[in-house]
Amino acid sequence: MFKTTARIIKKDLLQRGIYSFVLECDLIAKAAKPGQFVNIFIEGFTLRRPISICEIFENSFRIVFSVVGKGTSKMAKWDVGKNVDVVGPLGNGFKKIDSNEKLLIVGGGIGTPPLLELAKRARSARVIIGFKTKDLVILEQDFLKHGETIVCTDDGTYSQKGLVTKFLLESIKSDDFTRIAACGPKPMLKEISKIAKNFKIFCEISMEERMACGVGACLGCQCIIYKEGKKQSAHVCKDGPVFKAQEVFL
Amino acid sequence: MTKKMEVEVAGVRFKNPLIAASGTFGYGREYEKFYSLSNLGGISVKGTTDTPRMGNLSPRIAETPMGMLNSVGLENPGIDHFIEHELPWLMQKNTTIIANIAAGTEDLYAKIAQKLDKTNIHMVELNISCPNVKQGGAAFGTSAKAAFDVVSRVRKKTKKPLMVKLSPNVTSIAEIAKAVESAGADAVSLINTLLGMRIDIKTRRPILKNNVGGLSGPAIFPIAVRMVWQVRKAVKIPVVGGGGISSAEDAIEMMVAGACAFQIGTAIFTNPYSPLDILSGIEAWMDDNNIQDINEIVGTVEDW
Repeated sequence: MFKTTARIIKKDLLQRGIYSFVLECDLIAKAAKPGQFVNIFIEGFTLRRPISICEIFENSFRIVFSVVGKGTSKMAKWDVGKNVDVVGPLGNGFKKIDSNEKLLIVGGGIGTPPLLELAKRARSARVIIGFKTKDLVILEQDFLKHGETIVCTDDGTYSQKGLVTKFLLESIKSDDFTRIAACGPKPMLKEISKIAKNFKIFCEISMEERMACGVGACLGCQCIIYKEGKKQSAHVCKDGPVFKAQEVFL
Repeated sequence: MTKKMEVEVAGVRFKNPLIAASGTFGYGREYEKFYSLSNLGGISVKGTTDTPRMGNLSPRIAETPMGMLNSVGLENPGIDHFIEHELPWLMQKNTTIIANIAAGTEDLYAKIAQKLDKTNIHMVELNISCPNVKQGGAAFGTSAKAAFDVVSRVRKKTKKPLMVKLSPNVTSIAEIAKAVESAGADAVSLINTLLGMRIDIKTRRPILKNNVGGLSGPAIFPIAVRMVWQVRKAVKIPVVGGGGISSAEDAIEMMVAGACAFQIGTAIFTNPYSPLDILSGIEAWMDDNNIQDINEIVGTVEDW
């Protein structure tokens, strides 16, 4: 992990309130793995903003974030050329993909971006991404570039109607997928975790929690995991954000 | 010319006055990935209890204007784990190591102190001020009588230099400081966090699962300066100051108010390198002001 400066070289508005930045930074681009995150300093704020890495390029990386409060609204005003103070790459990403694995990649809402780099690297994958409504659909074209992609909305205003879990179940029943990777709201992860357990498919989920240090020192972002049949404490920033679904108490 | 940065607190030598505050630096392992721990004057380790603690439920963190709330609730692996697995490693890091201990009863404080007495740790910091858990000692830190009793009890069990970390959530911090001094404390450190709360107006739920938590960061700095200034006048034992320090200027101000060393915490979250930046900033300031020894500035504030 490094504390370094990354320059914004591309800024896009994906949907109202959802932004994409490509940040030039050789150090982080070279070290980053799918599923890791960066911790971003915003002038005037005590805490950095932890944001997942969406794509990794040769000497730059991409983040996608949604404006949820004062910090992210300040970030949304940043423009190309801005030098950003970044700590990263942080946390543990997704397990490396074996060549014979068939992946189901499932994203919900703003939990979709951290899955893109994994989808890029998968030789055989089906992507299922779900959003509340049409105005929140992001990254469809990006995922399509790398393989089969199902887009669904809760209210049916765009593409197929239904929750991601519906299409996940259909996929599992119709094809022999060997692995699931998911990120999204907790209720969605809980359901996916249950499905993975029922069908005995290896499943990883990427978690989110309010953080302070981002490196495992302050213990702010605790989640509970089961290991060797015992309840244990883990921290999303250091032990995650990616966990084995069967280990996390959701 | 090289400046003298070395300070002494209750006979314990620190190569410089900067101590990483308990609870913000874990047991040091995470920040060693950024820089050598030997740069620091000292490390006060994560508050450690008799047996392992899971801490409070998440969310445990909420941002505030110029600061943050935490309600971690003393999550730690327990004193035996600390002594066996963390301390030997820390003692090789060429910096001064302080064990921060917390408990819910006098007996447990005494038991932990006794265990540490047999180790080579440099100093013990008695946390009688964790606002987040009943077992965190806050009940001891908010009554002069209770503070006196627990410190007297621990004093009998350890020959280690004993520093007591004071709570700001009291009417008169000077009274508590006097009580712990008369009970045999060798130094006091202050301030711990101030009890605070944030509510999400959309859900009308507190952001922290614990409802309330400890406020830290630049927002509390003026309170910390005031309390250090008051306590310095009330006691003869050394005062270690902390609370919201985020720059070299803040650290110098704290020392001028009366702190012979200072602790930094939340600033490390904002910038992991802030300890190094603060130290080099202090040296540059000493150069500009022709100060050869940092001890020269301690308590030099001239009141109106």
